[in-house]
Amino acid sequence: MTDMALPAVLSDEALAKESEAAQAKIRGRRYMIIGLRFAVLIIALGLWELAANKKWIDPFFYAQPSTIWAQIVDWVQNGTSQGSLWRQVEVTLEETVIGFLIGSVAGVFCGIVLGRNKLLSDVFSLYIQIANSIPRVVLGSVFVIALGLGMASKVALAVVMVFFVVFNNAFQGVREADKYLIANAQILGASPRQLTTAVVIPSAMSWILASLHVSFGFALVGAVVGEFLGAKEGIGLLIATAQGAFNAAGVFAAMIVLAVVALGADFLLTRLEKRLLKWRPASF
Amino acid sequence: MSAPAIEFNDVSLRFISQDGNATVALRNFSMAVAKGEFIAIVGPTGCGKSTTLNMITGLLKPTVGEVKVMGGTVAGIDPRIGFVFQADAVFPWRSVLDNVAAGPMFRGMAKAQAHELARDWIARVGLGKFGQHYPHQLSGGMRKRVALAQTFINKPEILLMDEPFSALDMQTRTLMQDELLSLWGQSGGSVVFVTHDIEEAIALADRVFVLSARPARLKQVYQIDLPRPRVMAEVRYDPRFIELSKQIWNDLRDEAVLH
Repeated sequence: MTDMALPAVLSDEALAKESEAAQAKIRGRRYMIIGLRFAVLIIALGLWELAANKKWIDPFFYAQPSTIWAQIVDWVQNGTSQGSLWRQVEVTLEETVIGFLIGSVAGVFCGIVLGRNKLLSDVFSLYIQIANSIPRVVLGSVFVIALGLGMASKVALAVVMVFFVVFNNAFQGVREADKYLIANAQILGASPRQLTTAVVIPSAMSWILASLHVSFGFALVGAVVGEFLGAKEGIGLLIATAQGAFNAAGVFAAMIVLAVVALGADFLLTRLEKRLLKWRPASF
Repeated sequence: MSAPAIEFNDVSLRFISQDGNATVALRNFSMAVAKGEFIAIVGPTGCGKSTTLNMITGLLKPTVGEVKVMGGTVAGIDPRIGFVFQADAVFPWRSVLDNVAAGPMFRGMAKAQAHELARDWIARVGLGKFGQHYPHQLSGGMRKRVALAQTFINKPEILLMDEPFSALDMQTRTLMQDELLSLWGQSGGSVVFVTHDIEEAIALADRVFVLSARPARLKQVYQIDLPRPRVMAEVRYDPRFIELSKQIWNDLRDEAVLH
């Protein structure tokens, strides 16, 4: 039995060659996907540029990639009508981050408190649902009237946008905490406080983190809309100014700046999520 | 003679469900479990076997009668009790080491000391190399070992088990049963093991309590006089084992026909 020769196709070298071929194929596919993605982008932008040049669409209303790019370059080099571009990004980002932090901390806190208390949650869940279904952006007008044109009104709007999303998820996450895990912790000797920190919060964490992704975008919307409604600085004001000057390229350019900011934040949040949820299976 | 570890005196339980209907779950149930004794409770599915365990932990209170643990009436969760669940109840966000150390740390032990104790228990259940793994990286049987170590590290004088191995495959279950008997042999505590598997009950226990269909009554108690230590893979071929399992089967068949 022992000296029976292994068929040549199953030898170590043959297997190594096979795996190399397979890995090369996987790599090739990855490059192909990246290439196709670029192709889609280039074709879309190219068609837009072409359509604008051929006057199929009116570039006065719909702009075109080259003028949008020129606008961004101009902003970067010469600053905007209201100061340097970085200053605008900084202002908007500051409002967004402060609003996001206050809104999500408050949302997590309220979600956990209400989720842990059956009576409170039964009483308040109805009102929270109602509050959640109101288009909260409208509150921006109230905040601008009450808090003025400064940062406070934008932060307040961002907080309101973020709070309910995070609250809802934290609340749901707490309610879905596995009852066996809770019973197990109790029998192992956990006090009510330990139960909250050791079981309830970790099990709600994946819900909470999922909501943070969405709600950062909401915070950005809150800040920009707030600026839109009345401000002295910020990307929202930049958009409003461009709109007032019939500068479509300016609106699109501001939009692209916002998108870059949002993507950067999303990247950071994904990193945070991976760190905090490393106990979870990779695929599900 | 000292008080029994667990005592049920003519206990009945009226159960009120979520939608507000009252039903009788358990009727005139009496049982005494001696210190160091291993008893099993079998009965048809849904008859209220787990209810008895919940009354020992204090999660449910008897409507009539009295449940005593170590001679005292049950009031809240007794720290001398350990519980192994049917479902996976290890904490998925904690490594094996932190899972096993959870009990001592909840009870106020310093982290370094708890970790040292936990490492010892992890080795005892044969998971020495897996301390830093997360539960999702382990097999079902390994997760059960974590659950056993997590429970035994608290040195429970009373161990309650609610169909702990029912989700495992046959071979793993047999291994886990041996593991349980050896851990129990070293601990000297009392065990109440709820199961629907008659053979598991006979193979493990000193006495088997057979419950009727709902509302559950005590139907019969069997003394299992098989010698210890028992080896799971062999005990089931013992003629006495086969005889006992036939008798209990007959008892339960009557209940199954009724429902």
